[in-house]
Amino acid sequence: MASAAHPEPIEPIQPLQPPSGRPRGGHDQHTLPAPFLPDACEPLTQGAEALVYRTHFLTPQTPAVLKYRPPKPYRHPTLDKRLTKARLLAEARVLVKCRREGVSVPAVLGADWEGGWLVLEYVGGGTVRGVLDGWVHRLPELSREGNSETISEGRKKSEEEEALWELMRKVGRAVGRLHEIGVCHGDLTTSNLMVRDEEEYTENETNLPPSGDIVLIDFGLATQTIQDEDRAVDLYVLERAFAATHPAAEPLFQEVLRTYGGSFKGAKSVLRRLEDVRLRGRKKSMLG
Amino acid sequence: MIALGLEGSANKLGVGIISHPHPSKPPVILANLRHTYVSPPGEGFLPKDTAKHHRSYVVRLVKQAMKQAGVKVEDLDCICYTKGPGMGAPLQAVAIAARTLSLLWGKKLVGVNHCVGHIEMGRAITGAENPVVLYVSGGNTQVIAYSSRRYRIFGEALDIAVGNCLDRFARTIKIPNDPAPGYNIEQLAKKGKNLIDLPYTVKGMDASFSGILASADILAAQIADTLPEEKRLKAEDGSLVTKEDLCFSLQETVFAMLVEITERAMAHVGSSQVLVVGGVGCNERLQEMMGLMARDRGGSVFATDERFCIDNGIMIAHAGLLAYETGITTALEDSTCTQRYRTDEVFVGWRE
Repeated sequence: MASAAHPEPIEPIQPLQPPSGRPRGGHDQHTLPAPFLPDACEPLTQGAEALVYRTHFLTPQTPAVLKYRPPKPYRHPTLDKRLTKARLLAEARVLVKCRREGVSVPAVLGADWEGGWLVLEYVGGGTVRGVLDGWVHRLPELSREGNSETISEGRKKSEEEEALWELMRKVGRAVGRLHEIGVCHGDLTTSNLMVRDEEEYTENETNLPPSGDIVLIDFGLATQTIQDEDRAVDLYVLERAFAATHPAAEPLFQEVLRTYGGSFKGAKSVLRRLEDVRLRGRKKSMLG
Repeated sequence: MIALGLEGSANKLGVGIISHPHPSKPPVILANLRHTYVSPPGEGFLPKDTAKHHRSYVVRLVKQAMKQAGVKVEDLDCICYTKGPGMGAPLQAVAIAARTLSLLWGKKLVGVNHCVGHIEMGRAITGAENPVVLYVSGGNTQVIAYSSRRYRIFGEALDIAVGNCLDRFARTIKIPNDPAPGYNIEQLAKKGKNLIDLPYTVKGMDASFSGILASADILAAQIADTLPEEKRLKAEDGSLVTKEDLCFSLQETVFAMLVEITERAMAHVGSSQVLVVGGVGCNERLQEMMGLMARDRGGSVFATDERFCIDNGIMIAHAGLLAYETGITTALEDSTCTQRYRTDEVFVGWRE
């Protein structure tokens, strides 16, 4: 058995497969808040707290994302109102701050804390997770092409890889910039990193990753903090998300960290803190 | 196979005897006895007094359990005891009892993780197959899900446990510890009407309770009868805030936090079943709130009553026997106990 002095290393938690298909309950059970009509809202996802829809706002030509926090029936109504208001405002404030400081996030179009809704700019494009999954999916064929070593295919491969590495550098810079302005995301996964693409992201001929900007989304757990610990945990969560995709994504994440390290003044000490966080997992072992 | 289980990680001494007739059949409970050390109002239980209590009752309880179960010493396959986590002195007292029985009767020992005991017993009683587990008691607050042979901790209390928060508040307002401080708070809370603002501290899937306790203690000082009426805390409608209101507010706040972190874990792993175990899991308001949340997600909640929620010997016997059936025993020289023993340190060989 593990003694107190030499605890057995605990394997980190692997994110499990998300439930497939449309979530049960959730979207069907709640009526939308006042200005939004069910016909104009297409469910996107159900998080722990919010229901997310694709809709339009003010004009039918303005695509938008509606993030609705329905009242929780288990919570005392007073407490529920207080929490919904505090969280919604905190999220909106962080987004506005990011926007002001030039971090690429969806713009806040409207909010109503009584109604529990927040309307954000619709970001076209795919997630970094989607890009990575697509790349992992093609890995076997890419390595075959590498063996055949025809000149044209060899060049195409390096072009794709170069685009992928450029994407990683963008991720590193985006996260570095976010931390620099004193915001920690709180749930930094590859699904919460989007690559802006004005045209709908489709399987293009070249297999090149989209070349747009990185947009950070879902600031529901974000905090305004400049602590190395919080920043390092952010990076650790992102590292786990990369590792869960494929072992081959490991060097890609190193590129993210390398760029992050040069992106702002305090970044080097965050990377040192990350070493500690890696050893113990995201939880401090202060259990009594 | 039949196992005897000894539990004494906190102020309850439990002795249980369980039989696993066949892997395909449910376990049979032959005996489940418990004796609780109750401290006077306004005081907690001290390790040395609790250990003394366990020492003086363990022989009696084992004899009674053997008699009630109608089993002979030869029928037993192993002696299971709580290895940890828990209070040092009480754990040691029970570990000594287990070692003595093992040598006396020539039976193998099995050291059991207390948290895994709670989870396995909850699963066995309710028949929940692969739930997200909320384990809430005086010493532990964890949100757990099973994944590749480990019970993984997804969220936990960052400082004191939720039960500890409730128990210590019971001490502050000087309500009896009999039968349990948490039970008495629950009864008072049923009469509370006004919700008083308390801090609400959820960080992702983790929660913190020490600040809430400190705030509740401060509020409790402001409702004392000795204060002149104009200085006492008033609710929004101008009426005086009562003890009942504070119990109600404390419960509403901390349970909302527990349900929220559980919901987050459920969304994360994509499960719709939730199992509540541990002493605080008896609380009917918590069960009700959890039920409302689960219904909203199209799922269901499983909970047990005080016989299996509150620390007991049968869960140690059950989890120990499951491990014993996979060939795990604890050698006499390794039969130590430990105050820190994380749930995810246990290799769960008996589940796929």
